[in-house]
Amino acid sequence: MKGLALFAVAFTGALLLYATGDFPDWGSLDSPANGGELSTHYIKEVRKETEVPNIVTAVLADYRGFDTMFETVVVFVAGIAIIAVLRDFGNGSRGYPPALANNLPEEPDLIVTQTCNLVIPVLQIFALYVLAHGHHSPGGGFQGGVMLGASYILIALANGVEAAMKILSERKILLMAATGILIYSGTGLVCLLLGENFLDYHVLSRILPTDPIMARSHAMLFVETGVAFTVTAVMFSIYANLATRGTLKGGL
Amino acid sequence: MIPAFDIILLVFLVVTSVIALRVRDLLAASMVFGIYSFLICLLWAEMTAVDVAFTEAAVGAGVSTVIMVATVYQTARRSKD
Repeated sequence: MKGLALFAVAFTGALLLYATGDFPDWGSLDSPANGGELSTHYIKEVRKETEVPNIVTAVLADYRGFDTMFETVVVFVAGIAIIAVLRDFGNGSRGYPPALANNLPEEPDLIVTQTCNLVIPVLQIFALYVLAHGHHSPGGGFQGGVMLGASYILIALANGVEAAMKILSERKILLMAATGILIYSGTGLVCLLLGENFLDYHVLSRILPTDPIMARSHAMLFVETGVAFTVTAVMFSIYANLATRGTLKGGL
Repeated sequence: MIPAFDIILLVFLVVTSVIALRVRDLLAASMVFGIYSFLICLLWAEMTAVDVAFTEAAVGAGVSTVIMVATVYQTARRSKD
């Protein structure tokens, strides 16, 4: 059986390596990613159509906005699924074996706490910068949201999950995650109500004090903010449930 | 792309992935997996896919390593196979 598995792995690997030969060279003009009709349009027209220097953000949030909306929904569903599987509303006795964490000292370590207190404000400001500056530099809703979520995870690591839960309670987490989806789909719905296609942002210029091109740029910031809301809440929720076996008490 | 840098990164990628699979201490395996994510992040940054590299650094090397370490602490540290 082991030999058969080894053969299957080797055979599939050889097949994949053989197929690699048909790939276009890195940066080759013949590859669809560089010379195709669609990518040429993105590279040439994004600046004129949306006033956004970072093409990746423009494609992610505007041209492929429908994709990104459901990516956010996937993150939301993952968070809900983790809560559904792990969350323990009882007294924390589901018959699990005793955790390693129970052997650790209860007092938070002074060095860890102080370092986290120093790092967390900087991290949160940088996360907001990454979110708001996603049009002009690498970054955007996902990265900014993950960093914001990581700052809450740091609080939980340093002071215990309960300390972090005082700032971002479970009720707030669920509200935040749902609000993110609402902001994203709401932006699309407003476009629909104004008589254009779903997520066709240029029509937002009728209610925003800007021209249609800048309206697309600003709407990208709206939807990225929605993404950041959901990702922040879900990241922290996943950590809190995993680290405490769903009891949301104590910590690592 | 810089070929020499690429080869070093790819060799380390293979080494870290083999270590992550073979090592029996699951805490060590999750740390090695974080290193693996960071190497992939470097590879993407080097291919000038900065947005993807950023996401990999934040999600792969950052949060998912923490989540895996948390899970190891709540389950068993030694792998049985």
